[in-house]
Amino acid sequence: MTEFLLATAGVILFTVAVGLVRILGGPGDADRLMAAQLIGTGGIASLLLIAVATGAHGVEDVALGLALLAAFASAAFVNSAAPAEAPDVADGR
Amino acid sequence: MSVLQALDIGLAFLVFAVAAWTIFAPGAFAATVGYVVYGLLLSLVWIRLFAVDVALTEAAIGSGVTGVLLIGAAARLRAAETAGREKSLSGLSRLLVAVLCVLVALALAGVVLLLPDQGPSLAPQSMQHLPETGLGNPVTAVLIAYRAFDTMLEKVVLVLAVVGVWSLAADRYWGGAPGEARAQRPEPTLAFLAQILAPLGILVGIHVFWVGADAPGGAFQGGAILAAMWIIVMMARLTEAPQTKAFWLRLALVAGPVVFLAAGVAGAIFAGGFFAYPPGFAKPAILFIEAFMVLSIAVTLPMLVAGPPRREPRR
Amino acid sequence: MSLVVDLFSIVAIGAGVFFFVAGTVGLLRFPDALSRLHALTKADNLGLGLVVLGLLPRSESLLAALKLVAIWALVQLAGATAAQLVGRAVRRKGTAA
Repeated sequence: MTEFLLATAGVILFTVAVGLVRILGGPGDADRLMAAQLIGTGGIASLLLIAVATGAHGVEDVALGLALLAAFASAAFVNSAAPAEAPDVADGR
Repeated sequence: MSVLQALDIGLAFLVFAVAAWTIFAPGAFAATVGYVVYGLLLSLVWIRLFAVDVALTEAAIGSGVTGVLLIGAAARLRAAETAGREKSLSGLSRLLVAVLCVLVALALAGVVLLLPDQGPSLAPQSMQHLPETGLGNPVTAVLIAYRAFDTMLEKVVLVLAVVGVWSLAADRYWGGAPGEARAQRPEPTLAFLAQILAPLGILVGIHVFWVGADAPGGAFQGGAILAAMWIIVMMARLTEAPQTKAFWLRLALVAGPVVFLAAGVAGAIFAGGFFAYPPGFAKPAILFIEAFMVLSIAVTLPMLVAGPPRREPRR
Repeated sequence: MSLVVDLFSIVAIGAGVFFFVAGTVGLLRFPDALSRLHALTKADNLGLGLVVLGLLPRSESLLAALKLVAIWALVQLAGATAAQLVGRAVRRKGTAA
């Protein structure tokens, strides 16, 4: 069972790695805004799997913290790269 | 090679690759994104090393708050660049920096790899005396009981950092508020995110501080999560940063180190040594100190991120 | 009994991994940033939910299991909102470029 958990964690990390190649490499900053989302979900999944497989205790709090901070990082990226100057023109219809 | 070893090698390689990309990233914003990703991945590495407290700290401060600090700095640098004051390092300087960094990294790696199997460590003694402190988490015991003086000085350093940041303000802004004013109509999506996250984050932050006595967690991690929640509420412009001359703000900033120092002196009077705790009373004293540390950290970090005052003081 | 629980975990986590892979395939193949964002948030969130579901029977205590569910709910809520934010930003950057 532990082998299975570790293997799935490895696969998920691999998908995160491949996703990072696409996101970080993508020309322009628009794609890079999504990096925190990718790490937030994939990272938490791998974290929980690895923790259960290796028997580390108290990792749920780290996952909670990671969830909060991934959303926080997304907001910070967006706020910096594309700040909302005025109400969106498209929404004014 | 077992699955675990393959996973470890893959994780190490991924972290290394992200770090390398961050160095060569096109532009400050991209490098900051790389840095935050690197920090979050590093939390996984800490979990693999069974250092759960460090993983929490890495996620909260290493990539969360520091990432936001770097983003703010990158934004200010962009403004300076467009003002035509661009200066970049010469090729020779970059090469020297690279060589120096590589040497330091090699030295660290050499030291870690050449450690004997039973390296010199105080871990057995610290675990042995853990019941006397009343705590269940050895990391908290090290921070607040065994080397409390160090931790107190770290809090003092934070206060000095805030003073340093505030002193960057123009004379006429001294005492005013940093950041932007509260928005009449904050952007709805960001406001909604801040409104969901903040209450949950405050709960999680206090919880992480409280369980730090017996399980992974502690004042620093809890305070950093609380700080992140205040930062996001300020980012959404649902509230504005307080005036830097506000008395409650300055009190909150110094409360941590002052209470810590007072506890140390009280230890000298009541328990026979500077920073000694009375036997049987250690855990409540430690939690008391930690509560004020959480307050200070939760106030200091957002003030560092908000930056120097940019508006004239009112009244 | 334990075999049934293990089987449940394996099936749920396996399905979760499948959705992670699907999300990454979408990330690689979709033509523009907004559809990539869509693939990323929807599929990866669902994958995380299934992984959490699979890990619930293996948690150490009831409190730990509740925390896992809370993590899932938080990631869903915060992730969906952050995706909206990023989507707006992508559209703004696109038209501003």
